[in-house]
Amino acid sequence: MPEGKEKSADRPARLLALDSSGMVASVALVEGDTLLAEYTVNYKKTHSQTLLPMLDEIVKMTETDLTEVDAIAVAAGPGSFTGLRIGSATAKGLGLALDKPLVAVPTVEALAWNLFDTAGLVCPIMDARRKQVYTGVFRFSEHRLQTVKAQTAMGIEELTEFLNHLEEPVTFLGDGVPVYREIIEEKLRVSHGYAPAHLNRQRAAAVGTLGMLYYNEGKTQTAAEHCPDYLRLSQAERERAQRLRENPV
Amino acid sequence: MKDILILAIESSCDETAAAVVKNGRTVLSSVISSQIDLHKLYGGVVPEIASRKHIEKINPVIEEALRDGGVTLDDLDAVGVTYGPGLVGALLVGVAEAKAIAYAKKLPLVGVHHIEGHVSANYIENPDLEPPFLCLIVSGGHTHLVIVKDYGEFEILGRTRDDAAGEAFDKVARAIGLGYPGGPKIDRLSREGNDQAIWFPRAKIEDSPYDFSFSGVKSAVLNYLNSAKMKGEEVNRADLAASFQRAVVDVLVEHTMAAARDYHMKKIAIAGGVASNGTLREAMSRACDKRGYRFYRPSPILCTDNAAMIGAAAYYEFVKGTRHGWDLNAIPNLRLGER
Repeated sequence: MPEGKEKSADRPARLLALDSSGMVASVALVEGDTLLAEYTVNYKKTHSQTLLPMLDEIVKMTETDLTEVDAIAVAAGPGSFTGLRIGSATAKGLGLALDKPLVAVPTVEALAWNLFDTAGLVCPIMDARRKQVYTGVFRFSEHRLQTVKAQTAMGIEELTEFLNHLEEPVTFLGDGVPVYREIIEEKLRVSHGYAPAHLNRQRAAAVGTLGMLYYNEGKTQTAAEHCPDYLRLSQAERERAQRLRENPV
Repeated sequence: MKDILILAIESSCDETAAAVVKNGRTVLSSVISSQIDLHKLYGGVVPEIASRKHIEKINPVIEEALRDGGVTLDDLDAVGVTYGPGLVGALLVGVAEAKAIAYAKKLPLVGVHHIEGHVSANYIENPDLEPPFLCLIVSGGHTHLVIVKDYGEFEILGRTRDDAAGEAFDKVARAIGLGYPGGPKIDRLSREGNDQAIWFPRAKIEDSPYDFSFSGVKSAVLNYLNSAKMKGEEVNRADLAASFQRAVVDVLVEHTMAAARDYHMKKIAIAGGVASNGTLREAMSRACDKRGYRFYRPSPILCTDNAAMIGAAAYYEFVKGTRHGWDLNAIPNLRLGER
């Protein structure tokens, strides 16, 4: 154990955070209100190959003893189904092996948290294909994240209409921006803008710091019970449900 | 020598499984959570549903395996996991989980080829079985005839040119309304039928005496059903199932015996889900007895997907020095003998 890292009862809580919900792979270590390390890569390599080596890197760099981590925060969906499961299985394996709880942080909330204390509305959009986005609408009030519309999957035009009705300025972020920017420009009548590159994608630091608030409120899960929240059924289940609606048995 | 304890994890298809295996041959625990009932609704395995189920079940299954085996993670020497072939989304759950556990406990990680696992199922109940031997691997996704030259070393003599044997069973079962999974259902129904009632073709492949083809016999069954329907004739499903199964089993046994003769192999093993088929086991056993060969087959529960076999294979890789890094990926089309 490196010097100065002895376990003490009154030390600040230490969280390991993972986000592999989209193209970005990101890992972070948060201790109390300090971000010890963050490693974020936005490149098309499989998360299966990147996530754990990245985690290993920041653990070594910060001389962290994994057994002193208090919980594992993970971006818990929505997102790419496979990406979510890589993050989730990694978090579940760590939780099982270290006997530590998990903190499930909704992906869209963690994205909104990137834009802490932004004036007006914050609207993360993640490309969900089929002309849909995973999104939610948030605002910051007294430095706290408030939910105007909880995370959900919806059509992009349905979203712009919803925002038009709210009549407030909006800041967008997320990997849905490049995909739907034209439609937003065409349909949205309220003042709006887009977050810059250092804030506009998933960041494990945001998962970790928002996760810390949840952790302090006691919102944890066991590693066994944690599962991603996909916000969508699988295609086979959707089609089966439709068949049953059309031809009830 | 100190005992080697391995935690093995398997999630390549629709079974979430974990096991604790000692020295590659002694199974301390083996837990299998099957999703068959879920996939029956869709007539086959739905990859996304399988992956979702794996993530729900994997921790409880591993915890149960550790508990049943009377060990903790601190007692382990390595973690073994199937990394291919299989459904990529399903494999990734086991791979990510195994890597995280090995990483957090500072244990060596050993990636295992799923088919190497099936072959290794034979080591568990046959302490005397050692390479070299001839092995027929038959499952829903694979049909291979191989010489196991050494632990983890294979010479592939034959493989299927089209459908896997188990796939043919599933398709025929669907055609006669038996549902998924087809193998066990055809096996059961066949017991009430006459296997000589209908003649189905036994495919031979020019220049490759050990290769298989099952699309011909499958088509012959479908044609038979069609023509009976056109003529308004009732089909005896038990006779049809028995005759179809006989045709498949005949080819499997015949090719295996030919390879044994040509390569002077006296030890014959079978592996994979279809190796639990009663008719195949009886026929192969008779053929081996007749020629004085020793016949090895795993118990049915070790034929279908399980993690004990992965633990057996992982042990022999572990002692050979195979170690995988934290960047281990799932490889859905991993070839036998590759790593």
